Amino acid sequence: MNPFNERKYIFIGLVLLIALTYTVRLFYVQVIDDRYKLDARNQAFRYVTDYPPRGFVYDRNGKLLVFNQIAYDLMVTPKQAKNIDTALFCKLLGITKDSYIRKMQIAKSFPNSPIKASIFEKQMTAETYAALQEKIYKFKGFFVQTRTIRKYPDRIGAHLLGYIGEVDKDITEKNPYYHDGDYIGVNGIEKTYEEYLRGKKGTRIVMVDVHNATKGSFQNGKYDTASVPGQYLTTGLDEEIQAMGEELMINKRGGIVAIDPTTGEIICAISSPTYDPNLLVGRERSHNYGLLFSDTVGVPLYNRALMGYYPPGSTFKLINGLIGQQEHVLFPETRYPCARGYPVMGGKPGCHPHASPLDLQQAVTQSCNSYFCFTFRSIIDQKKFSTTEEGYKVWRNYVLSFGIGRKINSDLPHELKGMVPTPEYYDKYFGHGQWKSSTIVSLSIGQGELLITPLQMANIMCIMANRGYYYVPHILRSVGEKKQIVHDWSEKNFTLIEKKYFDIMVDGMEQVVQAGTGRIAKYDDTTHICGKTGTAQNPHGENHSVFVAFAPKDHPKIAIAVVVENAGYGAEVAAPIASLLIEKYLTKKISRPALKQKMLEKDIIHGAYKIRKERRD
Amino acid sequence: MLALGWGNIYSAVYDEDHPVILDMTQKYGKQLLWIGGAILIAFIILIIDAEFHPTFAWIIYGVSMASLILVRFLGREVAGSKSWFRFGDFGVQPAEFAKFAVCLALAKYLSDINIKMSDMKTRLRAFGIILLPTLLIFLEKETGCAIILLILILVLFREGLPGYLLLLSLGMAFLFFVAVVFPPLKLVYFCSSLALLIFFLAKKKLRNFIFIGMGLVLATGIIFGAKPAFEHFPEHQKKRINVFLGIETDKKDKAWNENESIIAIGSGGFAGKGYLQGTQTKYDFVPAAETDFIFCTVGEEWGFLGGTFIVGLFAFLIIRIILLAERQRSAFSRIYGYGVASIFLFHVLVNIGMTIRLVPVIGIPLPFFSYGGSSLWAFTILLFIFIKLDSQRLMILR
Repeated sequence: MNPFNERKYIFIGLVLLIALTYTVRLFYVQVIDDRYKLDARNQAFRYVTDYPPRGFVYDRNGKLLVFNQIAYDLMVTPKQAKNIDTALFCKLLGITKDSYIRKMQIAKSFPNSPIKASIFEKQMTAETYAALQEKIYKFKGFFVQTRTIRKYPDRIGAHLLGYIGEVDKDITEKNPYYHDGDYIGVNGIEKTYEEYLRGKKGTRIVMVDVHNATKGSFQNGKYDTASVPGQYLTTGLDEEIQAMGEELMINKRGGIVAIDPTTGEIICAISSPTYDPNLLVGRERSHNYGLLFSDTVGVPLYNRALMGYYPPGSTFKLINGLIGQQEHVLFPETRYPCARGYPVMGGKPGCHPHASPLDLQQAVTQSCNSYFCFTFRSIIDQKKFSTTEEGYKVWRNYVLSFGIGRKINSDLPHELKGMVPTPEYYDKYFGHGQWKSSTIVSLSIGQGELLITPLQMANIMCIMANRGYYYVPHILRSVGEKKQIVHDWSEKNFTLIEKKYFDIMVDGMEQVVQAGTGRIAKYDDTTHICGKTGTAQNPHGENHSVFVAFAPKDHPKIAIAVVVENAGYGAEVAAPIASLLIEKYLTKKISRPALKQKMLEKDIIHGAYKIRKERRD
Repeated sequence: MLALGWGNIYSAVYDEDHPVILDMTQKYGKQLLWIGGAILIAFIILIIDAEFHPTFAWIIYGVSMASLILVRFLGREVAGSKSWFRFGDFGVQPAEFAKFAVCLALAKYLSDINIKMSDMKTRLRAFGIILLPTLLIFLEKETGCAIILLILILVLFREGLPGYLLLLSLGMAFLFFVAVVFPPLKLVYFCSSLALLIFFLAKKKLRNFIFIGMGLVLATGIIFGAKPAFEHFPEHQKKRINVFLGIETDKKDKAWNENESIIAIGSGGFAGKGYLQGTQTKYDFVPAAETDFIFCTVGEEWGFLGGTFIVGLFAFLIIRIILLAERQRSAFSRIYGYGVASIFLFHVLVNIGMTIRLVPVIGIPLPFFSYGGSSLWAFTILLFIFIKLDSQRLMILR
């Protein structure tokens, strides 16, 4: 034979070696390593996301403000959607053939993919779902995913509660928890406390056969992760006050904020015009949002309670009065004359008729402009300040300590800081060193460049109620069943004014309601309401009606600020509304139904047009 | 007779097993036609006298080489390579048929009485027979097919080519790949130490010393030359090798084949998903599922059992061929037999290996399984010539 025939063993050995290696490798890949079985592209499985129910929101008395309803998303994996009876499908779903083709195209292209499941039809109606669910086995590649969306039993608190919407690319890129198609709180409480409300998504691995019908869970759910339901929130909100306030503000523009001064909890936060929060839920959301957005007259989406800028008006006199006392240039017995206006500047700003001269408390009660112009000048122009600028800076510091001109960091999003001009601002406008206290004297009575939000106004009332400090306003009380306190709001934020100077201002405020410009606010003889009217001048139309108050005088329980745009004097609309709300909150009932009715019927929005028209004619 | 018997059974088993993918009815049907043709060819070959082959070996070789050259000019271009003749709806690939042609030529050459493997001239000539078609096919840009023929070096080995040469060439090839990944200097150290080791173990002859020295120089050359040479490889080959080595993990593009294929196989589990239930292959996740990646269908539908069965089947076939080759009286038949075995081995090794990620993706078919007329007929011819030769071994009196 051939001398090299032993070599055959090498050959045979080689063949056997290779066969063995491959067998081992196959064994490893197919039997031992689970990795390939579970690969997400393995179409024998479907990864079902379990969306947990979102947490509810309750008011301070346990009344439900937001809850959930179920929505059905129709999902599709385009690769598996073969041999679809499109005629029947479109009929069941209520869409056109063109729409079907378009949606399929979207499902196939980036960022979706033909081999991944994506949303085909969002939030089908319950009827569509029922009809489709019967026949869904006929449509390979399609399946239904349940979602929860919000429902509002009382249709109040739209701005406060916020709404939820789909995440966009920004969010999915920054936060890997969220995937395309997930929902997230966009505004209000839904946004601030998103993490508590959303719970945690779970995943179930479900086996499907080639017809895409579910066959059961994979390995009895060994690889599933359970979802965690969202926690519910208890807020400091009082649903009745919120509801009544929104009702009273119908046909009016403006904002109301009420806070419990002893804790900083927000009792109500109203922005008008408002809208039914159920509008921004579900399929109709985009459409309704567009409608609301395009209302450029009422601008209902704008949260005036937190973002509405108004000049504080006469309510600002309280602050000036306090600063004056702190600076030792103003005393309870200090008197200034008023000649229906500020005499130093030729009667401007003007003032309404009253006795003259007045002392401090009387000036508060009567809301004398002149008095506070004098006060302002006496603060700024002190000898110890070498320049106006220096004096103004000191004055400004006091003002900022009241929580205006800056953010007070409540737990509601989109809070604005208001405007208290810096010296640099005036430098730019007038020129450095070119302005004096008399130039900016309108600040003394809360006009000029001063801008403040209703939230800040209510906060100032808390300061007055507490005689010198405030707690950061917040809406949340606790989280979940265990009433978890997740943030410490208990720090007292003091102003730069000593406690003792507050008493006289408070007395003055009491008199406002007893006998002064705010008489209409009084509802009985035992409750001592302390308030201040304000008429915020508005160059574009009628003045804004402003009223701030707290009650009762001793051991106050509620501090409130009401702003009604274009409604005239503070006492006209703002004060009665504030009074009604205070009464309801403290006594749980209304004793002046006629007044309530009158406020309900007052129509400023359409009335304002009338006034403007008349002026033109 | 016995030889015929098992030959037929194997053919029957192989030919009927074909990728059954529902919307591939077209290809399914076509393949049936090819199978029919193959059976016909098998019969024809069995009829033709065994003497035909050694006599006409050179002519067949010549025709094959000519067709390889011809296809460069007359061929239809498919996916960047001009390797097909098209007759209407059917395509014929000369490269496939070159396989048995080279085997025949090699067998004929080496079976000549005056030829010895220890002769350098012989070695070179034998290598030349292999190299010519290899280069021709390489020029067609069908690198995968080209490499196939190089496996016939194993045949030379059986006929007396010194083992160390074989190991050396294997080592060089391996070194090339390694050099692409690892830093050159370390490798040089490694090879030097290895060389020293060999020197100590081997006979301390000057000749050995020279050999080892030359080997080391060659190795160093490869080490340093590997990386830059690699850069010159065509893009898709680079990608395939990179992905295989794990340097790149491109889940989208080139690695698509590998990832999908191993997912498909892995998902088969122990007993597979069942006939026609292969979701990955069925839904077109595995590209080329009916040609180069046909094994995936087996792996996915028949699972581990199925996969091992096929591996075993091929192993059995190849070993059987080897054993039969040894039994041959005539050197021609024996050499040819080894040729057949080697070619089958290479195909199976690479094709299955690449589906389970032990080998980089090289596009060659799985004998008798992959869709494709040329490949089926070529393998049929390759095998049945041997069967015929074997059946008449008793009649050869040389």
